[in-house]
Amino acid sequence: MSRRLMKDGRPLSPFSIVVMAVLALLWSIPTIGLLVTSFRSRDEAASSGWWTALFNPFSSDWTTSNYRGVWEGNDFGAGFVNSIAVAVPATIIPIMFAAFAAYAFTFMKFRFKEFLFLLIIAVMVVPIHVAFQPMLNLLGPRGLGISGQYIAVWLLHTGFGMPLCIYVLRNYMTTLPASVVESAKIDGATHFQTFWRLVAPMSIPAIAAFATLQFLWVWNDLLVAKLFLNADNATVIVKLQQLLGTQGQGQELLTAGAFISIIIPMIVFVALQRYMVRGMTSGAVKG
Amino acid sequence: MTTQTVTPPQRAAPDESYAALRARPRMIIIGLVGMAVVVWALANLFLAFGYYPERFGNKIVIALLAIVAGVAGAALLFWFLNMFVEGLPERLTQGVIPYAFLIPGFLFVALMLIYPTFQSINYSFANSDSTAYVGLQNYRTIFGDSEFWNAIINNILWLIIVPAVVVAFGVVVAVLSDKLSANGEKFAKSLIFVPMAISAVSASAIWLLVYAYNNPGQAQTGLLNAIWVGLGGEPQAWLQIETAKLNSILLMVILIWLQAGFAMVLLSSAIKGVPEDTLEAARIDGASEWQIFWRVVIPQIMGTIITVFVTVFITVLKVFDIVYVTTNGAYNTNVIANLFFNKLFGASEAGQASAIVVVLLLAVIPLIWFQIRHFRNEETNR
Repeated sequence: MSRRLMKDGRPLSPFSIVVMAVLALLWSIPTIGLLVTSFRSRDEAASSGWWTALFNPFSSDWTTSNYRGVWEGNDFGAGFVNSIAVAVPATIIPIMFAAFAAYAFTFMKFRFKEFLFLLIIAVMVVPIHVAFQPMLNLLGPRGLGISGQYIAVWLLHTGFGMPLCIYVLRNYMTTLPASVVESAKIDGATHFQTFWRLVAPMSIPAIAAFATLQFLWVWNDLLVAKLFLNADNATVIVKLQQLLGTQGQGQELLTAGAFISIIIPMIVFVALQRYMVRGMTSGAVKG
Repeated sequence: MTTQTVTPPQRAAPDESYAALRARPRMIIIGLVGMAVVVWALANLFLAFGYYPERFGNKIVIALLAIVAGVAGAALLFWFLNMFVEGLPERLTQGVIPYAFLIPGFLFVALMLIYPTFQSINYSFANSDSTAYVGLQNYRTIFGDSEFWNAIINNILWLIIVPAVVVAFGVVVAVLSDKLSANGEKFAKSLIFVPMAISAVSASAIWLLVYAYNNPGQAQTGLLNAIWVGLGGEPQAWLQIETAKLNSILLMVILIWLQAGFAMVLLSSAIKGVPEDTLEAARIDGASEWQIFWRVVIPQIMGTIITVFVTVFITVLKVFDIVYVTTNGAYNTNVIANLFFNKLFGASEAGQASAIVVVLLLAVIPLIWFQIRHFRNEETNR
């Protein structure tokens, strides 16, 4: 028998199939373990591995009490609300400011243009750690006194996300046909009108790409949230980190908490995956 | 309003040049007042969010208000800014408008990234609460601290291992998945890509479950120990094993697990971009698949390999969350960013923390240079 072919005519490769199946399984097992454990009772989770429950699904003691326990007892419900309240504005606010800057970098000629854009590229790589002590002083009790509230974190994430946003949007805008902007100009449109009516709507894919990356970044961030939010406003990631710190008790709560912290970014990720890939392929790195 | 005395430019008709040179004071004034009002209102509203959060009743209300005010405020600000600039004499308008579009965005960058960079350098010469200069004392302290050198060595180890493994893994997966059926490829890649959405803290929770340790004799609930005991070994507290840096390597596994999908996606699209006729030509010349891979495919995706390597390298340089939530640097697993956090947050040593940041800054300078060069290459190929 000659080599078997796939539907599209390429040769079937058993080696690739086996290796990829093994790798995909290896990559999924840790998460599956977490998910299974989060639905097991405390006693079972402590006395046997999660895979035993998977092999004997009907004799196992499945429960949702871990989720109830961590949602109410450990305030993950409040943390969940905080995470949304932190992440959504911190994703949306930078976009408007960055879009105008990206427009200027793409369609206008001015002095120092190259220097200013190289500056944007440089600060993308600068570690955000530089900002913590100066910003704690500026936003904290010795300065504005807003540290601990959402606003502090929105401001910081807007600043930290700005270079990436300008970069992604500008790279996308350079692929738009310059003739569109030229003809709008000839028709007497101002730059402001051209931006609003033409360039901003055409840039929606790049905006979605940045928004996906930024949302995941802000939601999953520990450092900024831990340093700049007080206990009432702490996000799920901070709550999870605190739960991880209290050793010994409640591993079953921990797994439920971890899953609560994963679910929203996972949904965003699955829904907006193709935009995210586009954001990454535009060479996005972030300090 | 003395613009009439200027000689009009030669090419333009007289009344056009008049319009081109004349300022429109009403637009200038409305624009300026509008900007001032918008900035004032936004600043007050957002400060109120900070000072009196309880007055808004609900946290979600605050978040919604912030979205509406942030977006509408930014739009209004640019609208007034644009009006102001267009009120200027036309020739001035053309020169000023690019900067008007840039300034708001750049103010954020300047405030959150550029100013703190210099301030951190400044603080690195100051005492623990940044109130008096102490010269090079902080640098002497951190360089004399064996924990610092430990962290540096660990960081270097992370930097050698993680980007290389991630890139190698990405290439392997990209090549193999390219040989699967369309659906199989999509499915396998999705499973490997998914950890990208998971935070480092949650990933640590996931992997702590894998590395879990129970006393000998008890059932092992951690997957790794279960396999190890199943093979006849004694259960191990994996993250406490310093021999051959095993615990650091197990922590690196978490980051590799998180980053592999990123490498795979970029490299996969690069491999799909390799022209089919170059492969055909090599096959006709009698090259084996192995030779084709090394001599034809790899050289053509080298640019992407380097990009992925540098991006992961930058991520690894700042690795913090994983170490912080698993060992917090104990058992010789410390890294620079974790040391920084503990100096800043745990020990309240702002001066020493800033000195560590300066070390980190020095480490990224070559990477900045690389990114700029990379950008210039891309521009010339556009």
